[in-house]
Amino acid sequence: MNSTAPTPGASAAPSATDPVGTAPPPSGAADRFPHGPRSQQWAAWGFLTPVVIYLGAFYAYPLYRNLDLSLRNYTVRSFVQGNAPFTGLENYRKVVDDPTFVPALEHTVLFTGVSLFFQYAIGLALAVFFAQHFRLSATLRALFLVPWLLPLIVSASTWSWMLNSESGIANAALGWLGVGPVNWLTSPSWSLASVIIANIWIGIPFNLVVLHSGLQAIPASLNEAAAIDGANAWQRFWRVTFPLLRPVSAITLLLGLVYTLKVFDIIWIMTRGGPSDSSTTLATWSYRLGFGNLLPEFGPGAAVGNLLVVIALVFGLVYIRAQRQQDNP
Amino acid sequence: MTALGLLFTAMMLFPVYWMVNVSLTRERDMRKTPPDLFPVHATLRGYREVLDQQLPYLGTSLVIGLGTVAVTVLLAAPAGFSLARLRPRGGGLVGFLMLVAQMIPGIIMAMGFYAIYLSLGFLHSVPGLIIADSTLAVPFAVLIFTAFMSGIPAELLQAARVDGAGSVRIFRSIVLPMSRNAIVTVSLFAFLWSWSDFVFASTLDSGGAHQPITLGIYHYIGNNNQEWNAIMATAVVASLPAAVILVLAQRYVAAGVTAGAVKD
Repeated sequence: MNSTAPTPGASAAPSATDPVGTAPPPSGAADRFPHGPRSQQWAAWGFLTPVVIYLGAFYAYPLYRNLDLSLRNYTVRSFVQGNAPFTGLENYRKVVDDPTFVPALEHTVLFTGVSLFFQYAIGLALAVFFAQHFRLSATLRALFLVPWLLPLIVSASTWSWMLNSESGIANAALGWLGVGPVNWLTSPSWSLASVIIANIWIGIPFNLVVLHSGLQAIPASLNEAAAIDGANAWQRFWRVTFPLLRPVSAITLLLGLVYTLKVFDIIWIMTRGGPSDSSTTLATWSYRLGFGNLLPEFGPGAAVGNLLVVIALVFGLVYIRAQRQQDNP
Repeated sequence: MTALGLLFTAMMLFPVYWMVNVSLTRERDMRKTPPDLFPVHATLRGYREVLDQQLPYLGTSLVIGLGTVAVTVLLAAPAGFSLARLRPRGGGLVGFLMLVAQMIPGIIMAMGFYAIYLSLGFLHSVPGLIIADSTLAVPFAVLIFTAFMSGIPAELLQAARVDGAGSVRIFRSIVLPMSRNAIVTVSLFAFLWSWSDFVFASTLDSGGAHQPITLGIYHYIGNNNQEWNAIMATAVVASLPAAVILVLAQRYVAAGVTAGAVKD
């Protein structure tokens, strides 16, 4: 999904995006069958070897280099020459003691939590709405995918201009309602809210599509039976549909969580984490340390990144467990 | 119902409309308060600037996108066949690693790639960016191919085996042609993700001779020239692949989003 789906909601966005994000199908089909005969084993590994080498060279090795970066005291010179002294967990200590650490962690939690809540709630409401087939419903539902398919930099720069203090449509609309202008991107009290709004917009399509297909899987007869028993639409949703949708909801939210944790593009393009760190998350902080300054601090940047990997993997493993449980109840 | 649906869709797509509207707005109307809701004095100047300045970026993005598609399909299709059909020892572990690989934030991968490419002198290169971008798509592609190829009827493959076809032959002559839909889905996503990639581009290729369109837009914004109609015109052009895919291949997109997230 980062996107996907795809990057996910960049929130995935497609993410990257993945927003971004696309849900992978469960693996493990191979485990449920006995292994093939010996000659087939050779062929099997022949087909699989390129991807295994690829995983080693382009996933494991970069991750190892990143770990190595975080455990050494790199300067620009030693980065090129490759003889930086080993300093153990020094970079991690430096990062945790940094005054940016606590705000960045708080913003990451807020950004992820608030984004997920609204993406899911709005996505679910729209999924229920589109479940009643009406004229054009399929076409309109397809159009809802647009925010998720757009490159994140396109969405982010469009939102930047819409939220521009002087000439943005958002403040013009507030003016028509008689409300004063808001410095969406330049005021420390609004910048985090602004990037969250943009991220919710990007993440709604993913939630809508996944929850919609979850709704399709619920037998209509259950709702009809409840209707005969006198339940109104509201009761039918909360007593029948919502509980039955729980496994799909759990997976949507967990996957959304993993994809939202790593959102970087939107925030960086809209606010660069500012003003004065008011919208800095772990992802943007890591990038700024490594690439955002004239004097890069690769060690601390890598350390922040690795903390983020650990958090993402914890929730990722919870997701894989939930996914497996849904497959083999 | 339809009216309500149209209203919701219009609200959702308003930012997209606004992007198009601004891209057609004249420079002198850009700072007007309140802004024009419709492009009453539409101008194509922004698009002329795209043609003048952004074509090389678009070309680079196209090359990178197609390269990523090729790398992804070449690696992932055989792996999917193996995992789905040949049941290698340790295949379950490889599948699990594919799931985990998708969860690693791109910014961390970018930092690792930067360290490696720097020592190899591989920064600012199109092949380098293709390889980095392919990490966005390969795990997803393997999982899609595995799921899809598991669904091919076993009798077909058995019959071929009885007739003396080896695994390579079966893969080439039966499995690949039958996996057309999976190939389309994977290619679409691989292309879209690499076309949209900003993290790898900005870390591994900023300042390079051949830069993708995402950096083209980013430089526009960063230069403080604030020619928003040119920026938005570039954004519209950069969105075209997404629009084309939505119109021509919408069912593949939905298939990709829901693959595995929901069991049918």
